[in-house]
Amino acid sequence: MSEDAVNITVDGVPMKARKGEMIIRVTDANDVYVPRFCYHEKLPVAANCRMCLVEVEKAPKPLPACATPVMEGMVIRTKSAKAIAAQRSVMEFLLINHPLDCPICDQGGECELQDLAIGYGRDISRYHERKRVVKDKNLGPLVSSDMTRCIHCTRCVRFGQDVAGIPELGTTGRGEHNEIGTYIEASVNHELSGNIIDLCPVGALNSKPFRYRARSWEMTQQPLVSPHDGLGTNLYGHVRRGRLMRVVPRRNDAINETWISDRDRFSYEGVYSADRLQAPMLRDGDSWKSVDWQTALEAVAQGLQQAPKGGTGFLASASSTVEELTLLSRLARGIGSGNIDHRLRQTDFPAAVTPSLGMAVADVDALQALLVVGANLRHEIPLLASRVRKAAVSGAKVSFLNPERFEYLFPVAQYWVASPAQQLAALQVLVAAARGAAAGSEGVTAEHLQVVDSLKSKERKAIWLGALAQRHPAFGALRGLAAELAALTGATLGILAEGANAAGAHLAGAVPDAGALNAGQMLTSSLHSYVLLGVEPQADSLSASAAAAMAGARFVVALTPYASDELKAVATVMLPIGSFAETSGTYVSLEGRWQSFGGAAQPVGESRPAWKVLRVLGNLLGLQGFAQSTSEEVLAEARAAADGAVPQAVPQGGGVAAIAADAAVTDVPLYQIDALVRRAPALQATRDGMQASQGVQGAA
Amino acid sequence: MSRASFFKTFLLTELLQGMALTFRTLFRPKVTLNYPEEKAPQSVRFRGLHALRRYPNGEERCIACKLCEATCPALAITIESDVADDGTRRTTRYDIDLFKCIYCGFCEEACPVDAIVETRIHEYHMEHRGENIMTKDKLLAVGDRYEAMINADKSADARYR
Repeated sequence: MSEDAVNITVDGVPMKARKGEMIIRVTDANDVYVPRFCYHEKLPVAANCRMCLVEVEKAPKPLPACATPVMEGMVIRTKSAKAIAAQRSVMEFLLINHPLDCPICDQGGECELQDLAIGYGRDISRYHERKRVVKDKNLGPLVSSDMTRCIHCTRCVRFGQDVAGIPELGTTGRGEHNEIGTYIEASVNHELSGNIIDLCPVGALNSKPFRYRARSWEMTQQPLVSPHDGLGTNLYGHVRRGRLMRVVPRRNDAINETWISDRDRFSYEGVYSADRLQAPMLRDGDSWKSVDWQTALEAVAQGLQQAPKGGTGFLASASSTVEELTLLSRLARGIGSGNIDHRLRQTDFPAAVTPSLGMAVADVDALQALLVVGANLRHEIPLLASRVRKAAVSGAKVSFLNPERFEYLFPVAQYWVASPAQQLAALQVLVAAARGAAAGSEGVTAEHLQVVDSLKSKERKAIWLGALAQRHPAFGALRGLAAELAALTGATLGILAEGANAAGAHLAGAVPDAGALNAGQMLTSSLHSYVLLGVEPQADSLSASAAAAMAGARFVVALTPYASDELKAVATVMLPIGSFAETSGTYVSLEGRWQSFGGAAQPVGESRPAWKVLRVLGNLLGLQGFAQSTSEEVLAEARAAADGAVPQAVPQGGGVAAIAADAAVTDVPLYQIDALVRRAPALQATRDGMQASQGVQGAA
Repeated sequence: MSRASFFKTFLLTELLQGMALTFRTLFRPKVTLNYPEEKAPQSVRFRGLHALRRYPNGEERCIACKLCEATCPALAITIESDVADDGTRRTTRYDIDLFKCIYCGFCEEACPVDAIVETRIHEYHMEHRGENIMTKDKLLAVGDRYEAMINADKSADARYR
């Protein structure tokens, strides 16, 4: 490092820098502000806006700070007359063709061009000729475009090329005729495409669902955590008068860097879906009547007391918070039922092990070898897929063993398409290869050897089981084989469970007791009563008999934000609970990170945070352990219990279960995974959303 | 009590001085007005009741930029906006609470399209609770009715801006 270090002087202050580092990185690290548009820390350098021109001694002209590497003894002036004059001239050029429509532009108030125009713009324009006008592009239901405002920084283009992996946007034409567009009429479809909204320094690309709804200065910013996948993506909810208006990324380099997936960004629309349950509802024959909370909760307590011991099934969404799941599990055990589960789409239930990535999310970038078994990674955890892409582009050998061919936008070392039965066989062959079987024996081919060799020889390696592996009819056997292979090759085993809080659900006890019924059994046989926490049994499970099981029950309590038709058909009592944005809570991510957030928005109608509802229900039933007055108290208890638990290891081997050769696993479409995204109209209108709804109709 | 004030008190000199002023004033021109038959002259910049204006072709001027809402020191303005049927940015709600309003004219100053204006109308009243909220419809109605006056006032003031 010391050999690499160079000494430079910026504005008269001596600074140390790494050799070859760009000037703007050094100035940013030392809190010296250099104006910029095209430069973005997470994107490659383009140096086409010229706003970051600085004076460098002995250079005849000002140089762009974003594309000039530092050298020993460099003397840089960022605020000299020459630098400021250059920056002001660039600003004047940028404003020549920029329309003066800030009052109707959604970027107004949070616009980089607006901010810098205050600092570097002239108060009077010298330009009296005609301004150019560019036709707007239709980029699909998520991103709105006002291309006349574009200043051609190409951040969106570089995002497509280097982060998303698919160049959906590009530039055409030269000079005055330079335009950003999709080349041919097409929408942006990538699952991370919404990030170009944040990247755009002006108002050319904006959020379409949010269009013209609110101004940046009207909203308060509340930290949230993504309720859709186990990565624990950090979000900000922007709230105006108690209503969640939009969601933007909260930077966290250890998890999501500056990106979020479209699902995280646009699912907020589902919070205010028309079928939100406004008040507690009691079934009255075939109709429903609204009642007050007291009446509803008493009815629930009475109903649950009538159920025989062990005759109640508790099903929770894997995106419920730790607090909710802790209290639900306490409630279940309090009334003598161990039937509690959150793994609604799973079919085979081996010994429950807390799902874990086994490594830090940030370390995924540096993986050298990876075998993914049963995962549509881009749909399951989009941002993790982008990290894998980063690793693969820098040379990691990434292999897949999937039931279908999913599209990956990076070099894939090996891709086996295998039915569930073949998946088991293929893993067995890999295990044999790892044990040292030569090519030709035990079905081992050169390809198997290559994958095993990459796993064995590389230093940083992992084997992941995705959501499709967990829906595998013989998940236990698959997991055992994967664990064996991981042990043989020294790779880290990661289990990427569905839901934002699958790890938290295990820690909070939302898994059945020994001998009690698991989700699969609860959904196939009718129990006396059910308690559903944020679950729509048919839509959230892949069980064909879920609706019938519910209909056969005598008493079904649904704690739900939504009064869906499905719940209306089977429930006895519906209690309105807050969605992720309206409740305080904690998610445990797949890397084991506990992330708490406060309730950002005001609850819709009469709805209450689910942990409060469960706490009162516990009191009404006269159970112990329901005396908390804040969600933090519940969390502290859950945390203490989780810290005391012994981490279980994934059992290895365990033989191969016989499964039907035609057994299949179902891939749940990107925008169908939970109640919230199913109700987000903009997401449903995307290419993925439309294909998904067709697929679901076809399946049903 | 000093001698001077003793004489002043008993000879009523101050009363006589006062009467002299009253007598002089009797012959001066009157400054009081017989309101409402007579009215004092008003400046074209008078800041009275608010109005929302339209363009001559009938299109609303307001583009829901919310600068008036942001600048309002009394927080009297509440705006909600959305995409209109023709794709433009429009308000779906524009309320001014006349009880909160301090008639400072900042909204008018902030408006980039001269949509919200304060007219010289100052003689208005409310009879029921809630009438103090000027809704978008009411504001547009005021604007439509007094457009000629507003236009004349703004033109007269334009060269000083």
